[in-house]
Amino acid sequence: MSFEVDISRHLGDRIISAHFTADRGITALFGPSGVGKSSILNMIAGLLQPDSGRISVGGEVLFDALAGIDLPPERRRLGYVFQDGRLFPHKRVRANLLYGHDLAPPQERWMSPEEAADFLGIAHLLDRWPRSLSGGEAQRVAIGRALLSAPRFLLMDEPLSSLDLPRRDEIMTVIERIARELKLPILYVSHDRQEIDRLADTVITLS
Amino acid sequence: MLLSLKVSGVAIAGTLPIAFALAWLLARARFPGRFLLDGLVYLPLVLPPVVTGWLLLLAFGPEGPAGRFLDRTLGITLMFRWTGAALAAAIMALPLMVRAIRLSIEAVDRRLEGAARTLGASPWRAFLTVTLPLSLPGVLAGAVLGFARSIGEFGATITFVSNIPGETRTLPLAIYSALQIPGSEALVTRLALISVALSLGAVILSEALARRGQMNERMGHVL
Repeated sequence: MSFEVDISRHLGDRIISAHFTADRGITALFGPSGVGKSSILNMIAGLLQPDSGRISVGGEVLFDALAGIDLPPERRRLGYVFQDGRLFPHKRVRANLLYGHDLAPPQERWMSPEEAADFLGIAHLLDRWPRSLSGGEAQRVAIGRALLSAPRFLLMDEPLSSLDLPRRDEIMTVIERIARELKLPILYVSHDRQEIDRLADTVITLS
Repeated sequence: MLLSLKVSGVAIAGTLPIAFALAWLLARARFPGRFLLDGLVYLPLVLPPVVTGWLLLLAFGPEGPAGRFLDRTLGITLMFRWTGAALAAAIMALPLMVRAIRLSIEAVDRRLEGAARTLGASPWRAFLTVTLPLSLPGVLAGAVLGFARSIGEFGATITFVSNIPGETRTLPLAIYSALQIPGSEALVTRLALISVALSLGAVILSEALARRGQMNERMGHVL
């Protein structure tokens, strides 16, 4: 599985561009706040359209401005973990977890809800509402929701930034296990050098 | 005053999908003529109701384009019928409904729809499973508010469908008629009390619904 990303887009009066290739493991996109790291992930996810360029993952072209290819997000088969969790507030934890699972074709699923709940230690939270979860719990559920949607790779946008230190350590361990045990490639955005030093196999510095 | 309830009920049930579609367009879509549509939707709110009634008369009367069309193709006449009263009530309730629903759609965090898309949902499914349920309190509040407004509808109704007992004499028209007859104070009082109760109940209900929606929204953000 390899990422080939070469995209740019005007956003206001800025130009956000990224040009990199990445392979297995955790690839960190590192750079100060405001260089458009989140926008780059959004473009890879299909939530934001690049003005030009090309994105391919594992040989499949997700976006190619010249060839007129632009797969919608729901066909890119990725899992996106957002900075703020972004759980559905009107659904319980269980329904949040199953949202993507139920939409994925059964033959493409590679993790059952029970496995995910065990893996993330969230089995006791299934009947809770998102608003009653702590930051760390919510982020675990968000990771579980992404894993259960049968993704081929994960995008993570500063998933630790709203957590206190002990929670950060806990979630970093989870992320490491996803990369090592589940062998899922991860594109990881952060502006925190320590996180990157601990997690990343490859670092791409944006400026 | 079952007639009033029937007229308003039909008016709101018929208008709700239209109001939702308009609210969604105004909240989310960007298209030429959006401001014109915006203005047209809110027009009945600021226009003298008597003018709205007269415009309905022009359009849906026997010689009006819409009236002639309905008469020829479906054999329906709205003039001097309760269905006409329902149309007048619907038009007058529309701006309030669109406004309430539009606010609730605008309050839905679009990033949640993005999250749904990355989890495999088509735009339509994201709408049905995220946008719609999250805006539902506002939609219900809009319906209740529209219902209250349509119960009180007077000017457009009397202009368009007149004041026929048993057919178009809704609650406010009945109060008006009773006022013309000496010695009917008891009836007027009774009708007025019903009217106050209905309106007050509707406003309180719609406020409660709107507040619940906001609370969900706020608590969702605490994550």
